[in-house]
Amino acid sequence: MTDQGPKSTTQKKQFSRRDTLKTVAAGGLAAAALPLAGRFNQAHSAEPIRIGFQAHRTGIGAAYGRWYERTTMAAAQLINDGGGINGRPVEIVTEDDGTDPKRGAEVVEKFAIQHKTDIVFGTLFSHVVIGSAPRAGELKIPYFVVSEGHHVASGKLNRYVLQPGITDVKSQVSSMAPWVSGNLGKKVTMIFPDFAFGHDHRDYFSAAMAAQGGEVIEKIAIPPTETNFFKYFPRIPKETEVLYHVMVGPGVLTFVKEMGQFFGGDRPEIFGFIDSLEAVDLASPGLEALEGTYFWEAFPRYAQNDGSNPHDAFYREKVGVDANGASLNDPKDISTYSHMFGCWETLHIIKQGMEAAGYQGPDDRAKLIEAVESFTEFPESQAHPQGMKTFNGKTHQAFGIQNISKVNEGKLGVVHRTSIEDSLYEPEVDYTQMPL
Amino acid sequence: MNRILGLHVGVIALLLALHFVLPDYHHVSLARILVLTVYALGYNLLFGYTGLLSLGHALFFAAGLYGAGMSMQAYGWTAGPGFLFGFSCAVLMALGIGLLALRTAGVSFMIVTLMFSQVGYLTTLYFNEHTRGDEGFVIPLELRQVFSIDLSVEDTRYLAALALFAVAVLIKLAIVRSPTGRILVAIRENEERTRMLGYDPFRYKLTALVLSGAFAGASGAAYGILFGYVGASFASIQYSILPLLYVLMGGVGTVLGPLVGTVAMFYLIDIASGLTSAYLFFVGAALVILILVAPKGILGSIRDRWARWLP
Repeated sequence: MTDQGPKSTTQKKQFSRRDTLKTVAAGGLAAAALPLAGRFNQAHSAEPIRIGFQAHRTGIGAAYGRWYERTTMAAAQLINDGGGINGRPVEIVTEDDGTDPKRGAEVVEKFAIQHKTDIVFGTLFSHVVIGSAPRAGELKIPYFVVSEGHHVASGKLNRYVLQPGITDVKSQVSSMAPWVSGNLGKKVTMIFPDFAFGHDHRDYFSAAMAAQGGEVIEKIAIPPTETNFFKYFPRIPKETEVLYHVMVGPGVLTFVKEMGQFFGGDRPEIFGFIDSLEAVDLASPGLEALEGTYFWEAFPRYAQNDGSNPHDAFYREKVGVDANGASLNDPKDISTYSHMFGCWETLHIIKQGMEAAGYQGPDDRAKLIEAVESFTEFPESQAHPQGMKTFNGKTHQAFGIQNISKVNEGKLGVVHRTSIEDSLYEPEVDYTQMPL
Repeated sequence: MNRILGLHVGVIALLLALHFVLPDYHHVSLARILVLTVYALGYNLLFGYTGLLSLGHALFFAAGLYGAGMSMQAYGWTAGPGFLFGFSCAVLMALGIGLLALRTAGVSFMIVTLMFSQVGYLTTLYFNEHTRGDEGFVIPLELRQVFSIDLSVEDTRYLAALALFAVAVLIKLAIVRSPTGRILVAIRENEERTRMLGYDPFRYKLTALVLSGAFAGASGAAYGILFGYVGASFASIQYSILPLLYVLMGGVGTVLGPLVGTVAMFYLIDIASGLTSAYLFFVGAALVILILVAPKGILGSIRDRWARWLP
């Protein structure tokens, strides 16, 4: 499936640039650069597999990035303890993208050209993924994202971008509708941030509720810069049975507090996405209003101890998370438990893909893509502690179970697990038809 | 004049030579730097030569970026028409904003331009159906061509960026060496005296703002086309501050200072971010040191001490 056709004319020019570079080097002008190039160009089988980790160490994604990094390092350690990939150790090369799409694209270039990593991995925020994806495709370096966005499966990106270790927002939202309409109510008011993330929730959930015979009777978009939410609550219709909220960002605590004050003891059922409160302690002042409300969780933050997940304890121990979803070193350092498992699972899929492809080095990147595309499911295991997943090689997207949890005495307890079938939707792209 | 023209043509020739000898990573990075330098060149025309400090230039950069990207996506235009449309959007935007904002001066001008820019940023978020808001969108690969030349390939990308830079730097040199350029400097130095001499400062400041917006729009349109992504972050306040930093570092009121500043800032962030997550501290420290030691920026200080003929 490798197709060099469209690039033929420009590749001729590339040769001329490289020829010039070699000539100059031979003449001695580039002597200083030669040892560096030689070092990076060696690809001995004993050398590590170098994985470029695009980390949100700074910027708006830093809270997620911190835990993504911890999870990635724990997974890499586990893989190395088990013999590495194809007998080669895994080396994680980390670069901070500042949670910025421009810097994200630059970091992808740095991985591909300067660090000469085998792949790039680990990006969460959608705008960084979408900003970086064109460069990954142009540089022909596999880009395994852990983003949750629908951008991969929507067909907007390219064949080098895959999301095999975490489900996307469309499948998550769609899978919530059957339980919400069957257990909480059929008349829903949605409150969401007035930008792409909120609009995805609005559109996918509205469609999914309609398919269940329910109805979204009011859609309240909150401007991104809003800090005062009281003025929006009177717009909630009286006949509302379920209030669906997906607020994110620094205003979340204020939103929840003001929502509690507005409703008092007489409120509709409330359903939200844990994205709002990842890395936030549910015991934080002002969050008492969440008692008795429901949340989507991909991976339950609080250990359930009901035997439903035999690999959760192992995963928590390796990453360093206690039974309340906090760091073992600091109980106030709350994890991003419903997202960071994606790094763990994606690294194991990369291992599986490289071993299936007989991956030796960058020349085998296309084989790696094809190997991962050939996968159809990832059974629940230590490598996939969140649960079993299916994978659609055409859309490059994984599908898995989702959890609905209820806040009880300040802790989340699972009340429902969806099936994978609840989260499926019609494919929107076939990346395998694109050239490698 | 021959010495000045020779220097600038020489810099362009040097950048062309670097195309053949630079290691790959620096070759890729320099292409991006050259596009952003065009943005800074335009900013310096307004700030360095005319004395108008704008905090809203991201609006013009974004007008070029979105004008190019959205038109290409909506109508299937290739890079040429997309670039021209984005460029035109920025020019019209600068003209409209200039007619309003230039009724103010000093701090008021900064705040008004900042407000307009924030309106532009929020507009990209509110019209999410068309812009994809904060997520942004990818310009299809097959449209990023001009005369069947693929601009997504490293070599052509670099040469396209260099061509844009060369045109921009020569135009800017011509402007600052022209009578109009001298009047802009006169306005910077003493607006009332310039008015007393019979010139209309408003007209010249508007000219400077439109030219500056045109540079920003050209840079934005080129950035989207060459790197394939259009997103709201490029309309944010951060991207109004960046050209200011490039200019402060490189040299306020110099033609080539923005190139020096953009190169320095890019590598400062690139290297420092590999050492620490507090890399913005290095950026801040560098600016503080620069202002203490060389308040006119790198090239501005060189001009003051050793090369007063530098434009």
